[in-house]
Amino acid sequence: MDVPELIHARPVPRPSRWIWAGIVTLLVLTLAHSLVTNPEYRWDVVGQYLFDPRILAGAQWTLLLTVGAMALGIVLAVTSAIMRMGTNPILRGVAWTYIWFFRGTPIYTQLVFWGLISVLYPRLVLGIPYGPTFWTISTQDVANAAVLAILGLGLNEGAYLSEIVRAGLNSVDKGQWEAATALGMSRGKTLRRIIIPQAMRVIVPPTGNETISMLKTTSLVLAVPFTYELTFVASAVGNQKFLPVPLLIVAAIYYLVITSVLMVGQHFLEAHYGRGFDGADSPTGKSRAMSKRQQAILNAGTAKAGPYLDVTP
Amino acid sequence: MTPMIEIRGVHKLFGHLHVLKGIDLTVQRGEVAVLLGPSGSGKSTLLRCINELEEISAGRVFVDGELVGLHEVAKGNRTVLHRRRDEDIARQRSRIGMVFQRFNLFPHLTALQNVMEAPRQVRKVPKDKARKRAEELLGRVGLADRADHYPAQLSGGQQQRVAIARALAMDPELMLFDEPTSALDPELVGEVLNVMKDLASDGMTMVVVTHEIGFAREVADQVVFMDDGVIVERGTPAGVIDNPQEPRTKDFFAKVL
Repeated sequence: MDVPELIHARPVPRPSRWIWAGIVTLLVLTLAHSLVTNPEYRWDVVGQYLFDPRILAGAQWTLLLTVGAMALGIVLAVTSAIMRMGTNPILRGVAWTYIWFFRGTPIYTQLVFWGLISVLYPRLVLGIPYGPTFWTISTQDVANAAVLAILGLGLNEGAYLSEIVRAGLNSVDKGQWEAATALGMSRGKTLRRIIIPQAMRVIVPPTGNETISMLKTTSLVLAVPFTYELTFVASAVGNQKFLPVPLLIVAAIYYLVITSVLMVGQHFLEAHYGRGFDGADSPTGKSRAMSKRQQAILNAGTAKAGPYLDVTP
Repeated sequence: MTPMIEIRGVHKLFGHLHVLKGIDLTVQRGEVAVLLGPSGSGKSTLLRCINELEEISAGRVFVDGELVGLHEVAKGNRTVLHRRRDEDIARQRSRIGMVFQRFNLFPHLTALQNVMEAPRQVRKVPKDKARKRAEELLGRVGLADRADHYPAQLSGGQQQRVAIARALAMDPELMLFDEPTSALDPELVGEVLNVMKDLASDGMTMVVVTHEIGFAREVADQVVFMDDGVIVERGTPAGVIDNPQEPRTKDFFAKVL
């Protein structure tokens, strides 16, 4: 085929682009220069403590708290979201109140409260309310600081995740319920096999954000008080050596590394649950598993397919 | 022989909205009944009452001689109505295939998995057997080569044919079609109607809500014209479509033909 002479027009000059690029480059260079040359950063100390056993143990505890709290949070979230969508008014009310309370009070206050639980309830009793008791145990024996920290973080997280799960379940088209129902599938089976796999597409991205957020929220468990996690250990070591800055840098490095690993994991989860939603004919992705309004917004092409990406600060 | 569907005096109310106002309808085994009528006349609602996607407000619906959604318990000299348990309703539904206007395929499953899902989950059919049957059904609707495609990778007509195969996988004795071609581009309507014609000629009992008058004329044994929640006229296609007696029926076909 004959190709006509291609257009090689000169672009419109935009000097402001170069000026802004210059200013920002200068600022970045200044910061980088100070990081290297300011002796107060004590990069030698950072290197020295990076693999300190106390710091490594702190990072492990932080990871454990994150995983434990998220696991508890997810279980609570799915349970309370399904309770809220059900028909039993008592269960709906309890789920609503749970979310209302744990989202409405500061996490720090809740953690302090959990720390005081053995004062409020010195003994845990298994039995029939107002009836006979079968088994009793002292609260302090079962509820050590780590358990209370996970409990506190998980209960708070469950309330936030519950709304995300509910949004995900609601985002699945009513027609999917009808199709599964008409085939004779039970409610539970429909939920497990049809609705949740589709809702995961909407649930996973904000849950990833929540996990990353949780990683850093674990630094608040000092309130319980739990004192083995990364931030507390790093600042304790730092204060002991009168070198708080390099030790905080060590902690920051661990948070950044773990966050980066989590982001990679999130990417693969999103790819897994996105399957079947990206038609060959539509690179932006489309789906029938959305409300008409969402679908319309998506079709308009003014927003990306993954909503709720920015639900948490 | 008991008719496949027997509907007696069915009413349906949504709050104060009276959608079905006393419907009587009988569909024999192997018969194709086509419901015609303007939008909002209650055709789809009636269809959805047959497999209990909607609960009826009054009357009785029998499928294969069995009361749908309810059962009668003798108590002394009178009978009391009880709702059926969820699993019992699910069992009734599993014998009735349904095809939706918007296909409602499961987007996270391939065409083959869509067809296999209900036999595997509801009937506990072994995987190999379910797969073989699903491949056979996809072949029957002309989509053997699309088995591994996700719904989003198929055209509307192909999706609807997969949806028909999915319903057939439960070996239903009755198929309900709720405006199966209304969401399709015009050039894709024919392929879906052809599959439905094949089904009808194989002797499947079918109730079809549609706006395809041509299909009704060609395939229907019984045409039912509904308006405003009542059956206005019923009979053979030649009678109802080409020689209507009631003014409302005449008016409707004068506009659509």
